[in-house]
Amino acid sequence: MLSEMFYKLVSSGTLQYGIWETIFMTLFSTLAAYIIGLPVGILLCVTDKNGLHPVRWLNRVLGMIVNFFRSVPFIILMIAMLGVAKAIVGTAIGDKAVIVTLVIGAAPYVARMVESSVKEVEPGVIEAAQAMGTPNFKIVTKVLVPEAKPALIVGAVISMVTILGYSAMAGTIGGGGLGQIAINYGYQRYNNDIIWVCVILTVIIVQIIQEVGMLIVRKTDRRVG
Amino acid sequence: MFFTADYEAGSKRASGLFLFCFEGETQVMIELRNLGKTYSNSGKPVIALEDINLTVNDGEIFGIIGLSGAGKSTLVRCINLLEKPTSGQVLVDGKDLTKLSGKELLEMRRSIGMIFQSFNLLEQRTVLKNVCFPLEIAGVKKEPAQARALELLELVGLSDKKDAYPAQLSGGQKQRVAIARALATKPKYLLCDEATSALDPTTTRSILELLREINDTLGVTIVVITHEMRVIDSICDRVAVIDQSHIAEEGLVSEVFANPRSDIGKQLILRQDDAESAFRSFSGKKLRLVFDGVTSTKPLISEMVLACQAPVSVMFADMRDIDGIAYGYTIVELPDDQRQADKLVAWLNASPIKYYEEA
Repeated sequence: MLSEMFYKLVSSGTLQYGIWETIFMTLFSTLAAYIIGLPVGILLCVTDKNGLHPVRWLNRVLGMIVNFFRSVPFIILMIAMLGVAKAIVGTAIGDKAVIVTLVIGAAPYVARMVESSVKEVEPGVIEAAQAMGTPNFKIVTKVLVPEAKPALIVGAVISMVTILGYSAMAGTIGGGGLGQIAINYGYQRYNNDIIWVCVILTVIIVQIIQEVGMLIVRKTDRRVG
Repeated sequence: MFFTADYEAGSKRASGLFLFCFEGETQVMIELRNLGKTYSNSGKPVIALEDINLTVNDGEIFGIIGLSGAGKSTLVRCINLLEKPTSGQVLVDGKDLTKLSGKELLEMRRSIGMIFQSFNLLEQRTVLKNVCFPLEIAGVKKEPAQARALELLELVGLSDKKDAYPAQLSGGQKQRVAIARALATKPKYLLCDEATSALDPTTTRSILELLREINDTLGVTIVVITHEMRVIDSICDRVAVIDQSHIAEEGLVSEVFANPRSDIGKQLILRQDDAESAFRSFSGKKLRLVFDGVTSTKPLISEMVLACQAPVSVMFADMRDIDGIAYGYTIVELPDDQRQADKLVAWLNASPIKYYEEA
């Protein structure tokens, strides 16, 4: 059933390394995307005209930047951002360069995800906190984020799966991981089985991320008795 | 020498008088002066409140009643400036809140607790942590904060639920937690925005009893916003009726209930529907006899009928017991015979009963 190439990839450890690279790229990029996207998302929500502290111009500017990056298809954005990657990490190829483009592509996505999760917090709860004399910064840290936690975790799971998909696309520009294996050893050398092995492995990784994420939500969400 | 002593006595009296005035002023704890709030709805101004003048006295339970959309929720939010009034002043303990800086306002809000129709508890925190929240914000350390929170949970009767989450509680229990939370920072005032509107009648009664107890034992001044008469009836000392952004009338609950003067007050208090359907079947001249507690102990209508030897028909009556005294009114129809009717009116004029002609 399986081609010689499959056994070669396994015995040389290329496939195993590809799995690891995919997981590493996904986790690292998600983390970095949240470092940028979480504050931006909160800021989008807070500066909204119905937010805690409306700042119209800031909301407009942030919204425009986010929409700009969100509207470019990732595969094009990725190529366009290689120059930026080179300026930041000194190279335009390999996993380092890919992580930079992944973060640039994913951070705006994460920002919108965070914004919508935080907006779900009951306005009444925020009002109650205001009535107790809570300063806005503490409303963010003690009300908005903790109350939105379950939605934020669900959002993180969806973001992570999206980033995993992006990372596979990055295989086309030499990004490494299962995407590159599928393209280099599968598509270009006519080994259909390699493509399918990569597909199945990706599905398994997505499934694991999904299950673990939902388990965390179930364990930590206090809204259900 | 003599002159000086007299002068001193005079100045002492003057300062005593001044002190008295001063006390008189601080007794008024929440005062709204010419308060107005106008929203802008896509360029068009919408008046939510206009020319509101109200005073809430130290230690009382003050009710504000109105139909939905009358502006009562906006009004209560103007007291702690959750809504910024567009004109007028909000004086709390003599300080004009509209003039405070952001930080001063946050401080001030800690002395004004608030509870809501939808409870607004933090869903991801336990009951105990919810009650600790305002203390955390006020910078109280964890240990004393928890001790205070437990004390309050004891007061509202929920000590055994301290580790539960809001989702595990009933509506009444949630409101008790919200009350405990609102009282954590020992506020002088408690604002209740439709606090019982989401609760069933039995639970409403128990929450109202709790508010009454808090008012009695802790001396917290309470402002109650509601659209329900029974809420005002059971706990308030004074009431203001709000209609179409204005205060229609204001006074002691006993007075307003016995004799509402505004149309909206009549509508809310007298349950116009019942009264009108009763009127329609009669054609004679109708009088509203008002019982204000002084005159209600005697069987006055019987006395009147016996004294005048003229019949009246009782068409509608609404009497209630407020603080052990009967208040209310009775609507009677006079006989068609003009001589008999005049006799009855003359008797009423000589009696202490207040009466008004009904339209």
